[in-house]
Amino acid sequence: MADALNFAANCPLPLGNQDHVTLAHGGGGRMMHNLLERIVIPAFGNQPLASRHDGAVLDVGKGRLAFTTDSYVVHPLFFPGGDIGTLAVTGTVNDLAMCGARPLALSAGFIIEEGLPIATLERVVASMAATARAASVNIVTGDTKVVDRGKGDGLFVNTAGVGVVEHALCIAPTSVRAGDAILCSGDVGRHGVAVMAVREGLQFDSTIETDCAPLADPVLALIAARIEVHCLRDLTRGGLATSLIEIAESSRLHLAIDESAIAIDETVSGACEILGLDPLYLANEGRFVAFVPAAQAAEALEVLHGHAVSAGAACIGTVSESPAALVALKSRIGTRRILDMHSGEQLPRIC
Amino acid sequence: MKYVDEYRDRAQAEGCARAIAAITTRPWSIMEVCGGQTHSIVRYGIDELLPEKLTLLHGPGCPVCVTPLELIDKALRIAARPEVIFCSFGDMLRVPGSGGDLFSVKAQGGDVRIVYSPLDALKLARENPQRQVVFFAVGFETTAPANAMAVFQAHAQKIANFSVLVSHVLVPPAIEALLSAPDNRTQAFLAAGHVCTVMGFEEYLPLAKKYRVPIVVTGFEPLDILQGILMCVRQLEEGRAEVENQYTRSVKREGNRPAQELMAKVFRVVARKWRGVGEIPRSGFGLRDEFAAHDAEARFGLVDYHVDEDSECISGQVLRGVRKPRECPAFGGRCTPERPLGATMVSSEGACAAYYQYRRHEQTSITAGKRS
Repeated sequence: MADALNFAANCPLPLGNQDHVTLAHGGGGRMMHNLLERIVIPAFGNQPLASRHDGAVLDVGKGRLAFTTDSYVVHPLFFPGGDIGTLAVTGTVNDLAMCGARPLALSAGFIIEEGLPIATLERVVASMAATARAASVNIVTGDTKVVDRGKGDGLFVNTAGVGVVEHALCIAPTSVRAGDAILCSGDVGRHGVAVMAVREGLQFDSTIETDCAPLADPVLALIAARIEVHCLRDLTRGGLATSLIEIAESSRLHLAIDESAIAIDETVSGACEILGLDPLYLANEGRFVAFVPAAQAAEALEVLHGHAVSAGAACIGTVSESPAALVALKSRIGTRRILDMHSGEQLPRIC
Repeated sequence: MKYVDEYRDRAQAEGCARAIAAITTRPWSIMEVCGGQTHSIVRYGIDELLPEKLTLLHGPGCPVCVTPLELIDKALRIAARPEVIFCSFGDMLRVPGSGGDLFSVKAQGGDVRIVYSPLDALKLARENPQRQVVFFAVGFETTAPANAMAVFQAHAQKIANFSVLVSHVLVPPAIEALLSAPDNRTQAFLAAGHVCTVMGFEEYLPLAKKYRVPIVVTGFEPLDILQGILMCVRQLEEGRAEVENQYTRSVKREGNRPAQELMAKVFRVVARKWRGVGEIPRSGFGLRDEFAAHDAEARFGLVDYHVDEDSECISGQVLRGVRKPRECPAFGGRCTPERPLGATMVSSEGACAAYYQYRRHEQTSITAGKRS
């Protein structure tokens, strides 16, 4: 009898209609098969995935290939305007877009902590599918692992992506030239504040939603309009300031930006005042900067304004040879300060 | 944004700077007391708008910076205990103690949490009756009322597993200590607007009179600070030494009476050690005897724990306005925000951190310019 009890306690047998992920879901057997067949594959439904092969075979066509990967460990999993699923798709799509590539296909790897409600997984998978549709990209291959309770934070997602580069431009920090205009695709800081507000239980007059959105369309439109794009960078962790500092350092050029040209949502700005945060260093998930020749800046802005995600695009600065390879911000009161990289995440201050 | 953008207006800032230049006939040294003001000054480059004759000295008003090493070490010891949930404002987590900081305690398994209000820590105590919840009650008069409220509620609601590690300091005794020091260079003060929002400014009247020094209660936006400086210079040039209020949209002469009453109920005035400065009599708060049960130092047996401070760090001189961060031989080399020797390099309000973040490159370009 004792043996039978031990057996029952130790054996991860499927228990019928479960509403939480168990270790058995990661065991490679019937339960895992059911999880994939019921939840993942129908949501992402596409031909390569439907073949249920070990990998996907893609038709690439002409051009060069762009390839990127990113892992998503955001806490909480859900926040106003998005969730880990939207992030996992847009983040990787946007990394491809910043290469000037047309996103072709993504992979999705799930590391699930034992005990995660199946409904949570369903919600995340559904938003990945919706975001992928919006970004015109398929999720064609994947992997699922379940880890012991306490060994993960609910759900981690990794996505990798390939895209096709169908132009001859070399889009990179080293292509930035003196005389370039620096365009920013919209207001900054929303994602950082939205996540922090949920994580820390902060409430503001109006809910701040993440700016999370795929950016391939406006980027491909710039290239299609024959804008000579020198460099693109999406403004994720570290925000606008850190991205610009990295570009100044790689290009060995001076970036002069104008604080009053940088849009910041009023609620975001209020939250930053209260918490002592600098919005220029806050994360975004649907914003990018584009370096283009000054002569094409107006035309490029017109293209960007034609897409909802970059409707608030503006020219925020210019590139020059001197005085030094750093980012100088002209403040609202007309003085100048150097933007420096922060040593870690910004911490809310005492008073 | 309403009530912020108005105080960052370029034309008005330039107008105010011109007015300062027009009335300045002699060299003057003015100290901004509060670290928040230091950051505004360096961030907006307000000192660049001022005539050369004016020197701004950065004062001791950064609560993170002046918290003594001893207390940081006590925090580290308490936070490392397995039964403790240690709650702190975010910017205390990187402050170096003798052996690491609160982040490193967290990395080693300590339950260290950032909270935005001491009442959040109290809520944690209510929700986790089997754990000891400790709040690091740091700050000037600004944070004292909320901290007093947390202790008061814990006492009233008999939340026995809540305690506070108190390190409250007060501005007027610090100003007096600076003014009575033989190496004092300060001729006028911008008093901290938020402290005076709570305390009012009556307690500054005897200081202005005794030391013949103008004190202007000042806000934190660029225009506030420029206007505060203008009011200081006007007094200095006219030979007056009065307490004036620039920050009238927030500060009343008597301050916030209910907040003061609550603080008086929970705290008593005690001698406090200031990092880099030493002990100043009657310069801080400790818990009154009625609330001693919520004193974390007593609860965890750390009342008699003492530590001596590092001698290489000159933060004491920086905090007294005797030396500027860049005059420190360790600045930017042996001492950086990643590996700080002292708290002035860590806190977002610390003078060394402000210079490191906003001015480090200028030093590089100045040096480069000399070479060429």
